[in-house]
Amino acid sequence: MLDFVQQLVSGIALGCVYGLIALGFVLVYKATEVVNFAQGDLMMLGGFFAFTFIGMLGLNYWLGFAGAVAAMALFGMLAERVVVRPILGYPQFSIIMATIGLGYFLRSVAGIIWGTDDFKIETPFSQGVLRIGGLVLAYDKLSVIAATIILCALLYLFFNRTTLGTAMRASSENMLAAYYMGIPVKRVVSIVWAISAAVATCAGVLLAPITFIHSNVGLVLGLKAFPAAVLGGFGSIPGAVVGGVLIGVIESMAGFYLPQGWKDVAPYIVLLAVLLLKPEGLFGLHVRKKV
Amino acid sequence: MRFLFKTDYEDDIKLFPHSGYVFSYGLLLAVLLIAPYVLSSYLMSQLVFVCIYAIVGVGLLILTGFTGQASLGHAAFLAIGAYTAAYLQQFNVPFPVYFLTAGLLTGVVGALVGFPALRLQGIYLVIATISFAFIVEEILARWESVTHGNEGMRVKTLYFLGTAVPRDGPTFYYLCLAVLVLTIVGSLNLLRSPTGRAFVAIRDSETAARSMGINVSLYKVKSFAISAAITGLAGVLFAHKLSFISPEMFTLQLSIEFIIVILIGGAFSLHGAVLGAIFLVMIDPFLTYLKDDMPGVIAGLAATLGAGTERAAHIQDAVAAFASANGLKGAIYGIIIVLFVLFEPLGLYGRWLKIKLFFQVFPLYKRATFKRQKIYVKSERNR
Repeated sequence: MLDFVQQLVSGIALGCVYGLIALGFVLVYKATEVVNFAQGDLMMLGGFFAFTFIGMLGLNYWLGFAGAVAAMALFGMLAERVVVRPILGYPQFSIIMATIGLGYFLRSVAGIIWGTDDFKIETPFSQGVLRIGGLVLAYDKLSVIAATIILCALLYLFFNRTTLGTAMRASSENMLAAYYMGIPVKRVVSIVWAISAAVATCAGVLLAPITFIHSNVGLVLGLKAFPAAVLGGFGSIPGAVVGGVLIGVIESMAGFYLPQGWKDVAPYIVLLAVLLLKPEGLFGLHVRKKV
Repeated sequence: MRFLFKTDYEDDIKLFPHSGYVFSYGLLLAVLLIAPYVLSSYLMSQLVFVCIYAIVGVGLLILTGFTGQASLGHAAFLAIGAYTAAYLQQFNVPFPVYFLTAGLLTGVVGALVGFPALRLQGIYLVIATISFAFIVEEILARWESVTHGNEGMRVKTLYFLGTAVPRDGPTFYYLCLAVLVLTIVGSLNLLRSPTGRAFVAIRDSETAARSMGINVSLYKVKSFAISAAITGLAGVLFAHKLSFISPEMFTLQLSIEFIIVILIGGAFSLHGAVLGAIFLVMIDPFLTYLKDDMPGVIAGLAATLGAGTERAAHIQDAVAAFASANGLKGAIYGIIIVLFVLFEPLGLYGRWLKIKLFFQVFPLYKRATFKRQKIYVKSERNR
């Protein structure tokens, strides 16, 4: 029983990581209907920025964290301006390809600049564990869970309660109509990319003590976070986190109870099964088709 | 400019609209046939890979380009074809038999993937095909009694009609070329048949196709099966060319490469598959060439421009260090993809058509001819 709970909690912590990355996918999709395949690589880059600020320049952890988030927000805007804006309005597949290309580029450039070693950031949570009865919970994992909950709540409120959030939802439904309503669509899209890059950076920095930072971390985790976003129904913020937690729990359970090899496939099998039953994901909107 | 007068439907769907086509394709075929006697063995080997990638490209085009169903899982179909060949070869099954069996089996698997894919669209379909590819990769790594797991499988020399066809020889190249030509001709015939028209109708508007009386589910499954079968055939050739296969060869990376093939070639015509394959395969020798010769060339240029010998040597070292940096290839890949999506969405074949039209109508060419309409209104979610 204790094993089960321990696996459950570590699955949830892992799942929150996926959820954090999936949040970035969902944000961009919600506001612009663009699927950003480079999201994991933005996370990787955010981690490297934080490493540069904290590990190499020796800044305070929180200062370095904030610096990395700010730098990545700017970078997100830049990426949007250069890669995405010219092809907004074209079929989705072109944009997927463009972001895959961007991902390739970021990965190699990070490899060239920072090398291919693993890097670690010293954080206030990297040491110590919390013991509840027989349960052992590491602080770094708890920090991920807490950050996920906070970010998710903030973003949910932002999208549903603020004017800017409403403007983002409007421009995702129909850019032209939103533009006629006086919404500065281009600026909105730009801000969304900044926010999603910032969220990715938070994920990257929080992950640093757990998975380390290397140039391929974005690809590996992005490929897990992507099913999480789909499982929750692309375009739903709570869905992304629930999907992430589900994938994380399934993965850690499969790793513990099933023979070796199932750990990596189990999330995908579950994903396929869910897509068969509910093609629009768990929390996705079901919309009627129009001609 | 030549004007073609069409008097009946047969004229409209002819494979060779006029004698010029026969001439130029005949010439191309002749050049390809004498290629082994002219090119170096390295370039020949690359040319075989061009053929294999082009076959996969044709398969993927039928699904993605003409039926509009994105797939990022074609490496799995290639793997199934390759492993079927390697497995059956152990029991001395003759080449034509396991070649066709591989195609058939992959086609069946493709149809099985096609059924669940019926309900999925856009991004959900992409992720479903990625998941499928992951599962296949894992099965290949774990099902050790058949696939030998991560140790991989050795593929013996190909025997066709009692004679050995070594993988480096010109005969193997001719075999690949023949398969490619047959695939292209077969696909062209398919695309001008009712089935092919139904595919295009589904791509353009699923609802409209349905209201025209097209059985959308049936044709989508058919498209998946045909596309997978062609990829499976390519898989057999791929296995023979590499002579060794293991699960880690058939990753997502390879599926992305196949998509790059049709994206760079132009995803609206079969020409695109071939041009894209040439581009993707030949970029490797080109980059190697740049890496080896570029520093010297730049240093020479700097020397002639007035920099001293010492400066020139310094520049040469710097460029060489940059060119041999780890992962530069990935960056160049990325830039190429982004540039194509941004500036030439119709791919290499689209560029060729534009150049051709420019000369055909010489002073009257208008850039707007090929301009695509941007759609800001239609939300993909409401489609």
